[in-house]
Amino acid sequence: MTDLNELYQEMILEHNKSPRNFRAITDATKKAEGYNPLCGDRLMIYLKLENSRIADISFQGSGCAISKASASMMTTMVKGKTKAEAEALFEDFRKMLGRGAGSDYDTKSLGKLAVFSGVCEFPARVKCATLAWHTLYSGLGNEAKIISTEEGR
Amino acid sequence: MKNPKAVSSDSRTTALGTDKIRKDFPIFSQNIHGKPLVYFDNAATTQKPRAVIDALLFYYQTQNANVHRGIHYLSEIATSLYEASRVKIQRFLNARESKEIIFVRGATEGINLVAHSYGRTYLKRGDEIIISGLEHHSNIVPWQILSEQTGAVLRVIPVSDKGELLLEEYERLLSKRTKFVAVGHMSNALGTINPVKKIIQMAHHWNARVLVDGAQAVPHLPVDVQDLDCDFYVFSGHKIYGPTGIGALYGKAGLLEAMPPYQSGGDMISYVTFGKTLYNTLPYKFEAGTPHIEGVIGLGAAIDYVLGLGLDKIETYERELLAYGTKALLSLPGIKIIGTAKEKGCILSFVMDGVHPHDIATILDRQGIAIRAGHHCAMPVMERFGLPATARASLAFYNTRGEIDALIQALKHVREVFKT
Repeated sequence: MTDLNELYQEMILEHNKSPRNFRAITDATKKAEGYNPLCGDRLMIYLKLENSRIADISFQGSGCAISKASASMMTTMVKGKTKAEAEALFEDFRKMLGRGAGSDYDTKSLGKLAVFSGVCEFPARVKCATLAWHTLYSGLGNEAKIISTEEGR
Repeated sequence: MKNPKAVSSDSRTTALGTDKIRKDFPIFSQNIHGKPLVYFDNAATTQKPRAVIDALLFYYQTQNANVHRGIHYLSEIATSLYEASRVKIQRFLNARESKEIIFVRGATEGINLVAHSYGRTYLKRGDEIIISGLEHHSNIVPWQILSEQTGAVLRVIPVSDKGELLLEEYERLLSKRTKFVAVGHMSNALGTINPVKKIIQMAHHWNARVLVDGAQAVPHLPVDVQDLDCDFYVFSGHKIYGPTGIGALYGKAGLLEAMPPYQSGGDMISYVTFGKTLYNTLPYKFEAGTPHIEGVIGLGAAIDYVLGLGLDKIETYERELLAYGTKALLSLPGIKIIGTAKEKGCILSFVMDGVHPHDIATILDRQGIAIRAGHHCAMPVMERFGLPATARASLAFYNTRGEIDALIQALKHVREVFKT
């Protein structure tokens, strides 16, 4: 069961149970909706941007423990960061989950997001972990459409 | 004799011979993540008995040729095998004639064929199509598209809290505007077995045509299309222990004869000039191009296998397994079964307090137990019950009580992992 413990780490279970920033922002400057049609996970990210800086961020929606914890921890990590910093973090996060040959990601900047490193052993669950990030990315990029994890397939 | 019910069901288990049956399926000889495979995803696709695998192998090693045209030994063999499977399916569904059996890729293509060929020919603006709230997407989307193309209106039979169709509401939907009714025989998401004979009678009263999606039903219960009096019936081979990519459409000969071809090309013609083409007779009019010969032969072998076991015995065994599984699941705290219809096939769709179905499926997988988690391609059903997803264990005759017990143990383990 070691690999399951790798996946469902204490911090992930805790964020799943008590997600942070789990609310709507009424005066959000951006909203983006993410959707995983394979499992029905759906979430809405609310952003308050001030001069390219994420002044506030929150989310709502339903999903599995991995997607919910990922969204929760993402909000805590990117709050206060600039758009470019958040996008760089996403890049490292993605590399960690892909863990392909030669993928050198910045473990330092990922910080507590490293608890998701076990997800790469569960290929079917990588999308759960990245859904919130893809959605944030679209929110920052000012795209209005719903982000689907199945796009381009 | 503390539990006489268990004793009697054990004797019936022996009658079906599950231990012996499991040896017919090579896939069960392997471990998954170090544990014996417990396959509970039969509503998605079933495992294949050696008889089917051997039929495919034997065909390619000794019988391979194209059908319906070669004037040589192998082509005659392949053609006779191909047509023999059609007769097997005719008998399996009790169709009047073998020409009423059209080979298609699966239930989905069968529905599309009817929506396209029958629907576009006979439906017009203002007509109404009725489907049910239990349908798989494959029995929703073709009718939506047909509605957009023809201007016909799509109506939906609502579903009760138990997951049963509300027939009094259906009665109210029917009118002289109703031209077509498309309904599933058994729900893939909940297991509900719909009273299709009654549904068909009610539709015929208004002179509407009826298609029954039998993808989930044919592996589990005997089907008699003449007794049902359905106009069209579709099913997929891979859900009845046969190969993927093959299925059958039954249609009443008179209707099929009056319908235009769905696809065109070789085999479906009798005479071609650049000015005009004469179409072939049934069933070939609807089988353009070189067919899935191997799939047809494999499907024939699968039907032989199922009939060899006996659908009545399968039905009895699976009914008992479902009852056992239902009771076992409900013995766990915080589990709710979605779909509690009185008439139900062997599907256990459930949710667990505090744990998402996707997480349940991952943890079960590590115990070697394969279930499905998600919306089961029936998003309106999920919406009806206010759920984004369920976990679904769908059973078959090769599953055992021991495997149900393993599922229950694994679900307890889910609680441990989640510390709930």
